Amino acid sequence: MIVPPPLDVAAARHLAPAAFARPLGARLRRAGAWLVFLAVLAVALWRVDLSPARLIAGIGKLGWLLALMMPPAHNGWLAEFSWAMLQTVAMALAGTALAMIAAVPLGFLGARNVVPVGLLHFGFRRVSDGLRGVDTLIWALMFVNAVGLGPFAGVMAIAVSDAGTLGKLFAEAVENVDRRPVEGVRAAGASRLQAIRFAILPQVFPVLLSHVLYYLESNTRSATILGVVGAGGIGFQLAERIRLNHWNEVAFIILMILAAVTAIDACSKAVRLRVIRGAP
Amino acid sequence: MSDVAAFEHAWQARGRRRRRDALAGGAALLVLLAASFVVSEINPARLAEGLPGIARYAAGTLPVLRPRTLVADLGEWYWGLGRWLVLLGDTLLIAFAGTVLGALAAALLSFPASRTLARGRAVYFVARRGLEIARTVPELVYALIFVYAFGLGPLPGVLAIAVHSAGALGKLFAEANENADLGPLDGLYAAGATWAIGMRYAIVPQVLPAFLSYTLLRFEINVRASAVLGFVGAGGIGHELYTVIRQFIYVDISAIVLLLIATVVVIDLACERLRHRVIGALA
Repeated sequence: MIVPPPLDVAAARHLAPAAFARPLGARLRRAGAWLVFLAVLAVALWRVDLSPARLIAGIGKLGWLLALMMPPAHNGWLAEFSWAMLQTVAMALAGTALAMIAAVPLGFLGARNVVPVGLLHFGFRRVSDGLRGVDTLIWALMFVNAVGLGPFAGVMAIAVSDAGTLGKLFAEAVENVDRRPVEGVRAAGASRLQAIRFAILPQVFPVLLSHVLYYLESNTRSATILGVVGAGGIGFQLAERIRLNHWNEVAFIILMILAAVTAIDACSKAVRLRVIRGAP
Repeated sequence: MSDVAAFEHAWQARGRRRRRDALAGGAALLVLLAASFVVSEINPARLAEGLPGIARYAAGTLPVLRPRTLVADLGEWYWGLGRWLVLLGDTLLIAFAGTVLGALAAALLSFPASRTLARGRAVYFVARRGLEIARTVPELVYALIFVYAFGLGPLPGVLAIAVHSAGALGKLFAEANENADLGPLDGLYAAGATWAIGMRYAIVPQVLPAFLSYTLLRFEINVRASAVLGFVGAGGIGHELYTVIRQFIYVDISAIVLLLIATVVVIDLACERLRHRVIGALA
């Protein structure tokens, strides 16, 4: 049995001060960070008027709404709701497809190794940033005003905001490719365009496809609410039922959204696994 | 047949199979896409009519900026800057309060929702399903319902963000919990600790950096989300944006949208720096 050598506390404290107490500076910094955090939280809770009385009254009303929602029922509107749900999924699909078409050139032009001109690729990057900095719902509201009510505005909103996101992801994928195949193809006499086609595209294609599938999934979620501002799909029905106080239909639509999102998640996960593994 | 010929034969067969699969997949995708275009009422005529409309709309939102009177023009463009900054501050506070409340709920629920930590299958099942429902329903749907229950203003926005964030973060937190080393927990149990004490002293120290990092990421997402909650009456800059878009006050649209983009970029950068510091300080 190994017996540790005797060591008095003072000597140990001298050897490893941090094991006994954190230095004063670190403790003060931590306390300061907590203080700032709690102060901001207090301001936030005061500003949003989170009083216990209001909370209790609201929760009571929420319970009443939940009681009204039971049992969820479609009251004969099943065909309309199903069509709206189908339209939502179609909007997500069409919007993602258009976004991908726009994002491929944006991605290649925004990549440093394809466009060596700094100003140009910087410009394309900023365009992508601007497009995705604005929420899809804001785009939807603007497009409803520009092209009128209906799913077309929703599709354009999804396409525009995701062209930015996908463009950025594509540019990063293109910048991360292995340089050697490009050099090999170029050495064999390929033009720049041919090098992109035969050396870069095969490397980035699986990455692009997996991003696109992921965004298809997330767009189905965002497409469910675009209708709230009039851009088609199930969200329009939902907002309408809330306005009309038909709460059991509201509950039915929420359940439909849950089911559809879960189904799309499962499909997209299956396809993504196949694409990433590379079907033999 | 020689080995080489056999190989060539097999190789060509493989190539044919792959081409056939690619064609079938491509055809299926095209059919699906065509169907989705029909259902979402997109056609060349609509596009030809709509795209110039969008371009006109975008051009309409641009302010008039003349080099000679640049300062005055900028002042006119951002005539409501003071009010917009207050509303933007409200939006940030909504996102902050919602994220904090959501993260607290997620942290509490993530322990029963971890397969390795939950006491009993029923507890695990209920916690998991609860988190799933909380994150699958979009914030805006919660906001629509909460505005009805709690009245107009930022409070329903905070609660909507809190509920949705609790679901999204709870799943991520639970995954972090499941990856934690169970050795310290066994040690504490052997020393007679209860379940709650075990979670606090064996698991929390391991997962805290991951929790903080995920929460900061969620805050970035919630800043974007809270900006639109005002569309349904849940406070912040969203209501102002809704009004100016609906009333075709073109120049204000671009002013507020640019302000929003700048805020989002600043918050993203700040959160990224904070995240690196948090990971560095606690890891």
